[in-house]
Amino acid sequence: MTTPALKEWPLWEVFVRSKQGLEHKHCGSLHAADAAQALHMARDVYTRRQEGVSIWVVPSASITASNPDDKGELFDPAADKIYRHPTFYEIPEEVGHM
Amino acid sequence: MYTQSFSVADAPGQKPAAPTLSTENPQLMAAFDARIDADGRIEPQDWMPEAYRKTLVRQISQHAHSEIVGMLPEGNWISRAPSLKRKAILIAKVQDEGGHGLYLYSAAETLGTSRDQMLEGLHSGRAKYSSIFNYPTLTWADVGVIGWLVDGAAIMNQIPLCRCSYGPYARAMVRVCKEESFHQRQGYEALLVMMQGTEAQKAMVQDAVNRWWWKCLAMFGPPDADSPNSAQGMRWGIKRISNDDLRQKFVDATVPQAQVLGITLPDPDLKWNEARQHYDYGQIDWAEFWNTVEGNGPCNKERLSTRVKAHNDGQWVRDAALAYTRKQQQRAQKEAA
Repeated sequence: MTTPALKEWPLWEVFVRSKQGLEHKHCGSLHAADAAQALHMARDVYTRRQEGVSIWVVPSASITASNPDDKGELFDPAADKIYRHPTFYEIPEEVGHM
Repeated sequence: MYTQSFSVADAPGQKPAAPTLSTENPQLMAAFDARIDADGRIEPQDWMPEAYRKTLVRQISQHAHSEIVGMLPEGNWISRAPSLKRKAILIAKVQDEGGHGLYLYSAAETLGTSRDQMLEGLHSGRAKYSSIFNYPTLTWADVGVIGWLVDGAAIMNQIPLCRCSYGPYARAMVRVCKEESFHQRQGYEALLVMMQGTEAQKAMVQDAVNRWWWKCLAMFGPPDADSPNSAQGMRWGIKRISNDDLRQKFVDATVPQAQVLGITLPDPDLKWNEARQHYDYGQIDWAEFWNTVEGNGPCNKERLSTRVKAHNDGQWVRDAALAYTRKQQQRAQKEAA
């Protein structure tokens, strides 16, 4: 393993949990030399008004994303499977909420 | 938060020219146009015409630069704020502007331009930022007027940008607009307090309004008839409301606020037009505006040199952070070996 020669600080993606019980949500990105600094900076950039109780930072380079060109073959097959939704089934009125 | 609603050419002395689209793949172009027509959003990995990408990089980076340079005129007053309360408020506001600059640089980076490239553009004087910051902040009333009018004008510009067709820019704007309302209200409230003071204090508010009013109207950019890029920006869903319409909204919203404050807006032609249901206003001095855009305003050189000095003075911090990271990595490798 070699230490990368960085001209710029690497990019990090920032995820913030707004309160206990909710998921971490992506809120933006920033540059930082290392993970600890990325956390400090995320605190200052993204939570100046108590927007969060927990922060994740992830090196942007570590994220594997689906390719937008594959959107059709990845997601279209779900479009004709409407029987996966509860509204597909008709239940008699007198049964009430189900 | 600050932006001018139009994007000026970065090369000095050039007014914007309409980009050409002729070389793009017609099939991809048709799919892109269809998505825009359906009011869809474009995300970083999606195909987009080169001219759309270039326009966005220029506009978002200019917007980011404006936030960063925008810290300077108000930053001058942090050490001279009249009370601890006002000082804390001003620090928070200036810190917000820095944060807004970072959101916007991040948005521009998703288009494939690097932070270093953008900073180099700003520091070399090649890239533009909002001309409003090339005027001096002479008195404490200027700080209030910047919040009320300059931020007020910026909010008018930025609210429609929350619906911009480019996802990362729109999301950055939503975050910015949430924080922005505090900026305008703190400025207006600081002026209300001054207007309850001595005659000299009231005169100071009026003087600051006199100096900033016309500059704020110019922030919305040239009249629609002289704004060749606007139509393309509208077509692409980057710009949603025209320069003149935004300017009119700003005037209509501001006149009653000025009345409550008890100051006079420095325009003898400003009056309610019953037929239009809007306020009429006088002629903006566009020659003076373009002269400032082209680098000859009262503070262009001072702002840029202050910005460059701040960046250079921080070099040792960036170097130290990288050196520390390398040392930590080497230590970890040694322990693993």
